[in-house]
Amino acid sequence: MTDLTKLKIAEARDLLAKGDITSRELTEAHIAAVEAADDLNAYIEKTPEIALSQADAADAKIKAGDAKGMTGIPVGIKDLFSTKGVHTQACSHILEGFKPEYESTVTQNLWDDGAVMLGKLNMDEFAMGSSNETSFYGPVKNPWRRGDTDTVPGGSSGGSVASVAGFTAMGATASDTGGSIRQPASFTGTFGFKPTYGRCSRYGMVAFASSLDQAGTITRDVRDGAIMMESIAGFDAKDSTSVDISVPNFEAALTGDIRGMKIGIPQEYHLAGMPGEIEALWHKGIEWLKAAGAEVVDINLPHTKYALPTYYIVAPAEASSNLARYDGVRYGLRETVDGGGLADMYEATRAAGFGDEVKRRIMIGTYVLSAGYYDAYYLKAQKVRQLIADDFKRAFAKVDAILTPTAPSAAFAFGEKSDDPLAMYLNDVFTVPASLAGLPGSSIPAGLDSNGLPLGLQILGKPWDEETVFKVSGVLEEAAGFTSEPELWWR
Amino acid sequence: MSNIDKATVAKIARLSRIKIEEDKLEPLAGELNNILGWVEQLEEVNTDNIEPMSSVVDVKLRWRTDEVNDGNKQESVLKNAPNNEYGFFAVPKVIE
Repeated sequence: MTDLTKLKIAEARDLLAKGDITSRELTEAHIAAVEAADDLNAYIEKTPEIALSQADAADAKIKAGDAKGMTGIPVGIKDLFSTKGVHTQACSHILEGFKPEYESTVTQNLWDDGAVMLGKLNMDEFAMGSSNETSFYGPVKNPWRRGDTDTVPGGSSGGSVASVAGFTAMGATASDTGGSIRQPASFTGTFGFKPTYGRCSRYGMVAFASSLDQAGTITRDVRDGAIMMESIAGFDAKDSTSVDISVPNFEAALTGDIRGMKIGIPQEYHLAGMPGEIEALWHKGIEWLKAAGAEVVDINLPHTKYALPTYYIVAPAEASSNLARYDGVRYGLRETVDGGGLADMYEATRAAGFGDEVKRRIMIGTYVLSAGYYDAYYLKAQKVRQLIADDFKRAFAKVDAILTPTAPSAAFAFGEKSDDPLAMYLNDVFTVPASLAGLPGSSIPAGLDSNGLPLGLQILGKPWDEETVFKVSGVLEEAAGFTSEPELWWR
Repeated sequence: MSNIDKATVAKIARLSRIKIEEDKLEPLAGELNNILGWVEQLEEVNTDNIEPMSSVVDVKLRWRTDEVNDGNKQESVLKNAPNNEYGFFAVPKVIE
């Protein structure tokens, strides 16, 4: 038997349907792979018993002819999705011991379709980070190394990408606030997909910045992304920002035909100081799309350079409000002070429970929302955010999709950027604008740099037009022919 | 514009309900000033007559009938509480 962990979701789906393999076999192979991959630190909680019972249920479903795309497929779940009775802490100490009494809609959708949960995946604390170095459970190692040097998997969905790139999950849930799906996908040679804001329910997702947070997927290729996205997406009355639009068959969009399509190349994304290899790969992407019959046109997104500073006002402001709920009263960590009162308990709990980056962002957010500063910072940022969204609106009147690099660098080593918050924030320079505008986007593995590390290209689409993003992603994937795999050094 | 000193950091920490040790105030002031100094480049953007974004998707919030559709879950609600007594969350004494 071949290594079942190397199968893609679509391949496994077909083998399961034919009865060539069972979900139990597939799941057992993955449980063994997870056990052998502790060194990656992608899983912070393993759930083999749940996985096996879900696998048996999936096998029964398949036998009964009830199978859907994700039936019997073993996946990993980012720790910010609430899973009933199972560790859910967004990798923060402040949620110590928290086991939700409810299930997030995104994961419930997966279980309803018969998917199998292998465990909970590591991430930056509260999704605040671009390298997975802020997790309370320690950093995740990227399966891809720079020679003998370990590299970060990107963030915040570091466990999600490491599990999929490291063959310990066939797919993983992820979430994007400013690039937390696409940037780590780029760092690990995986396919990351972030849908339009409102496409997936946020119910049961630990909140970071509610106007930006959106669930998505990490898979090994575009088709798998389409299959998994279709499972997790959909209207949910339990999330007031979930939009009641039917979910198309994303896989059917993978026709490979982009003839006559217009692809925009934003001139503002030519960053000074960006590695030449990334510029060159972007250029290759342009040539690939042209060869497939698309028309490539230069576009302008004039407010691009203001996206990051806008994000670092809006996101911390919303975070400071969302994270006010962690007070040691209702769940999670509680630290008391001898002889102290309630306020002392709040302050001690939050001092002990939050990591440095989370504290920094809460304080920035508190400051920009405080009396006397609200207009100058927060209101100003919400106005610039509107201008950024208007830039995209104007561009999409002329083009069907936009092609850019996903990140300004390949994966870097541990500690290389963690001392300088601003250097770390720059990782998201190409992903943040679309997050601010709520647009769907993907990152497709497109090549390797001179150190043998993966680089991704990003496709952005119009609101609710995930199908075009999938379609163009599929064409890029086909043209790039990215088949490299990391060495399995951790096994 | 931003010139956050130790006293301001202490004030923000207090508003954020995060205990910050005295010796951490100064370094934090530096970090916050760096970040705020950087975001202040937004001042150069002309935003006259621009409405601040209130929702990223162009939809109206839904209405629903004002009726109870969930509840009676006291046990569930208290399940994760660090301390509960008589069906309530228990906290340190606040009234002398």
